[in-house]
Amino acid sequence: MSAVLKAKPKVIVCDGNEAAAWGVSLARVDMVAVYPITPQSSLVEYLAKFIADGRLDAQLVDVEGEHSVLSVLQGGVLAGARTYTATCGPGLAFMFEPYLRTPGMRLPIVMSIVTRDTLTPQSVWGGHQDAMSVREVGWIQMYCETVQEVLDTVVMAYRIAEHRDVMLPVNVCHDGNYLSYGAARVELPDQADVDAFLGDKDVNWHVALDPDRPMGVDPLTGGSGGPGPRMFVRYRKGQCSGMQHALRVIDEVHRDWRRHVGRWHAPVIEQYGMDGAAFAVMTIGSMTGAAKDAVDEAREAGVPVGLVKVKTFRPFPVQAVAAALANVNAVGVVDRSVDFGWNCGPLYHDVLGALYQLGRGVPSTSFIGGLAGADITVEHFHRVIDETRSLLDGAPSGRTVWLNEAD
Amino acid sequence: MKQQAKPFFDAATVPDDLCPIATKASPMLPGDWRSMRPVVDRDKCVKCAVCWLYCPVQCIVEKPAWFDISLTTCKGCGICAEECPHRAITMIAESA
Repeated sequence: MSAVLKAKPKVIVCDGNEAAAWGVSLARVDMVAVYPITPQSSLVEYLAKFIADGRLDAQLVDVEGEHSVLSVLQGGVLAGARTYTATCGPGLAFMFEPYLRTPGMRLPIVMSIVTRDTLTPQSVWGGHQDAMSVREVGWIQMYCETVQEVLDTVVMAYRIAEHRDVMLPVNVCHDGNYLSYGAARVELPDQADVDAFLGDKDVNWHVALDPDRPMGVDPLTGGSGGPGPRMFVRYRKGQCSGMQHALRVIDEVHRDWRRHVGRWHAPVIEQYGMDGAAFAVMTIGSMTGAAKDAVDEAREAGVPVGLVKVKTFRPFPVQAVAAALANVNAVGVVDRSVDFGWNCGPLYHDVLGALYQLGRGVPSTSFIGGLAGADITVEHFHRVIDETRSLLDGAPSGRTVWLNEAD
Repeated sequence: MKQQAKPFFDAATVPDDLCPIATKASPMLPGDWRSMRPVVDRDKCVKCAVCWLYCPVQCIVEKPAWFDISLTTCKGCGICAEECPHRAITMIAESA
């Protein structure tokens, strides 16, 4: 911590969409292209207002849809701009072609996903299904717990994306409805502190649209003969190592944020009440607040439960999750989305892989809740805790429990 | 205005496992893989320049009394023949 006493931070009350716009403004983004879609729309309005008011000196590009949004930003990054966009659900689906291409071109674009459950059934409400559906595309994905964390993570995302060992796009995910519209007390970091934290942008040193250094961008690479196969493997492995470096860089950047701004967020996973825990509950996103309350109450009642929250979901922190669960004898994982292939939640699916690293069978249950805007309450988490605890007494492992099924 | 070519970016200055980039010009020209070629009937051509407007690779060249095709860049797409209002252009097969 800095020895210099800082002035009291400016405090505002805002929702997660406005907090994200503040983060974009503080990061001095050059170019914004966004297409409105519920529950992200007010984020677009805040950004447009910040630009119109002169608070953010950025070009706001009006485009006809999300496919153009991301294509325009790719050109912007190649020309040297720091860029931002936000979308969700059907907008993310329409963006998919340039979305696929962004990590392979190693373009450090930051994009908020204001998470929304996917169609069908028709729904305009929160749920992680949109972000989770694109989890293997190669973007870094961080899921926020609070409105403050949304603001801070949007700024930090630029340091992570533009780190020369990473050079990958970042999704900052915040829960539709619960974070997008939920207002909370938020401390605005000082612009000078953010400037010192971020440093100069560094986006197109490796590939550029620049008349002074001509190059062909992303030519055909691969095939079955000549140097194609090994070149393709080299680029794919490069992407994978960028992702693995990101685990270290995300940790460093969060520490640096605390040093400059004075606020701490768990970078990859957060362990809450895990000391002496016999079993664990795992969460992701804004549901974690209710989960922490339930864990506190259970602990007071003598139940040996702890909580592990995953913030960084891609790259998946296999070693950190395995270490956090090293001493527990049962795990319950709560997802806000569905893994259709495994009939469970996607976080649960990944946790199984981390548990395998431990070399011992740990009984586990997958809980799916909060789909399409449904609330996951403290009472739901007490049920999660009770069901997970029953694994210690020999209840069958590997079940999937739908939390809102009887609501 | 004379165009000046800048030297290509030195790819050795960046890691070779980031974004694929090309820093050598391919010697191939579109004419190298053409299967059909356009032939202009000079008697029918009235220099209306419709072919010049439509050609996607800009290979139409102006002659004193007609428009002709630069066969080094023509890729043989046939758009000129399709669009010519005077039916002055026909596509014929390139001999093997």
